[in-house]
Amino acid sequence: MSQDLVATTNRMRAHIVEMLAAAGSGHPGGSLSAVEILATLYFKHMRVDPGNPKWEDRDRFVLCKGHAAPALYAALAMRGFFPEEELITLRKLDSRLQGHPCMGKTPGVDMSTGSLGQGLSVANGMALAGRVDGKDYYVYCIMGDGEIQEGQVWEAAMSAAHYKLDHVIAFVDHNRLQIDGTNEQVMSVMPIDEKFKAFGWNVMRIDGHDLDALDAAVVEAKRSVGKPTVIVCETIKGKGVSFMENVVDWHGVAPTAEQAQVALAELAAR
Amino acid sequence: MNSATREAYGAALVELGKTNSDIVALDADLAGSTKSAMFGKEHPERFFDMGIAEADMIGTAAGLATCGKIPFASSFSVFVTGRAFEQIRNSVCNAGLNVKVVGSHAGPSCGEDGSSHQAVEDIAIMRSLPHMMVVVPADDVEAYAATLALAEHVGPAYLRVARLASPTIHDDDYVFELEKGEVLRDGTDVTIVACGMMVPRALDAADQLAEQGISAQVVNMHTIKPIDADLLVACAKKTGKIITIEEGSIVGGLGTAVAETLSERFPVPVRRIGLNDVFGTSGSGNELLDYFGLNAAHIIEVAHELCD
Repeated sequence: MSQDLVATTNRMRAHIVEMLAAAGSGHPGGSLSAVEILATLYFKHMRVDPGNPKWEDRDRFVLCKGHAAPALYAALAMRGFFPEEELITLRKLDSRLQGHPCMGKTPGVDMSTGSLGQGLSVANGMALAGRVDGKDYYVYCIMGDGEIQEGQVWEAAMSAAHYKLDHVIAFVDHNRLQIDGTNEQVMSVMPIDEKFKAFGWNVMRIDGHDLDALDAAVVEAKRSVGKPTVIVCETIKGKGVSFMENVVDWHGVAPTAEQAQVALAELAAR
Repeated sequence: MNSATREAYGAALVELGKTNSDIVALDADLAGSTKSAMFGKEHPERFFDMGIAEADMIGTAAGLATCGKIPFASSFSVFVTGRAFEQIRNSVCNAGLNVKVVGSHAGPSCGEDGSSHQAVEDIAIMRSLPHMMVVVPADDVEAYAATLALAEHVGPAYLRVARLASPTIHDDDYVFELEKGEVLRDGTDVTIVACGMMVPRALDAADQLAEQGISAQVVNMHTIKPIDADLLVACAKKTGKIITIEEGSIVGGLGTAVAETLSERFPVPVRRIGLNDVFGTSGSGNELLDYFGLNAAHIIEVAHELCD
């Protein structure tokens, strides 16, 4: 794997920590767990043009788990959609970087999200539009594992298979934790793979922090004909910051300035 | 003529499909009833039946809209505005997307299916959403024109249409303009502000009131949001008394919008006719309209209370 992409993920994580510490609120755990997925998409696979964020032929991305906005913003800024210096304005009044993604405010954000469970339907709609227009773009969508407790996700899973949306490539960021506890404590989502298989999807399961595995999975997903693909990513919530890893409480609490310093030092040593 | 507004909606969709390749339609297994199936038959590649899954339908419509499509997503008004309310809120209105939500079989005129299927709250909840336009056409001619106009209007909108056939009051050359109330009858004693199939009933009431010595102005307020506030103020100044009538709950609907507007800009007595904080019930559509006092007789009674 290219050292550049590894460096990119480290820098994204540092941005996430800095942004959240500056904001004083937000969601570090689920942002850090999705970093490699986003890096693979924005720096390896997605056909986008930062100078023309509304380009009709671009690949689309829907951050279904909208609370991971800091990770998306880090990727977009580093990809050139807006200055990296702007990241520090996250969640501040008049910032283009809202607490959850807003397509009307942030260049590169293809869909406003934040209310869980709604994004896969939107991704399907984007793919249907591509079909109507004879375009070949892909639509990527990252869901959380807690998020798939929402019934609409399964309505959308049915629709994607029914309409044979093979240009929809979804990810489940399977970090096993949600706000009130583990998935198993709150509401079991298992077995994820079999559920999607039963709904008619291609299913892959990989280590969601393994950049090579992610790359290979996306390559394979793009070969799918007649079926949508979901890549179930085994991840660690809070990945990269030792005291945040696998700790439920770091779902929706920002680090203090001191904690951020410790985290940034850890990330710099990676 | 004298057909249901849903029929005109379907016919207008078909026409739109011919002239605008960006028009797409979605339904939730009620395409035959909402008449979106007419579009599906003519333009199958741009019609998506999403099954009995209103939330997914609205999300899919939102996704289509992000790519420049103009989706009309229809179902019974109870389900499309209620079941999918939060999808309409977040994936459509908060995202600022150009999705047209179409609710058919609204109000008690929906008939025999009963209270579970008769939306009384749809206008109120759609009206509460920022940026959402709310349109309730008075007859088939206006429903056809409103559908065409909403395709041109950029932004989220809710179009309410009915199952029951109702009288046509507009000529074929009627020029429809969103956001502009239509003064159908001039009067000096009281203004009746109506929407949907209550408009012909308001005209009937005005005719009878004229014979009884009360001069009633009649306004067809087809766009409930944004409401034509200037027209309402002009009516209030001219007649000093307002009656509203709508085929839905008086909580949050047309009457509320009128009262809100006038209480701030030109307070005059406002009396609201509609469902008085109740759900509907089974019966034939026309029977139920009378059962709930959604008729000329009730307007006349209230007009006398205000004017005598």
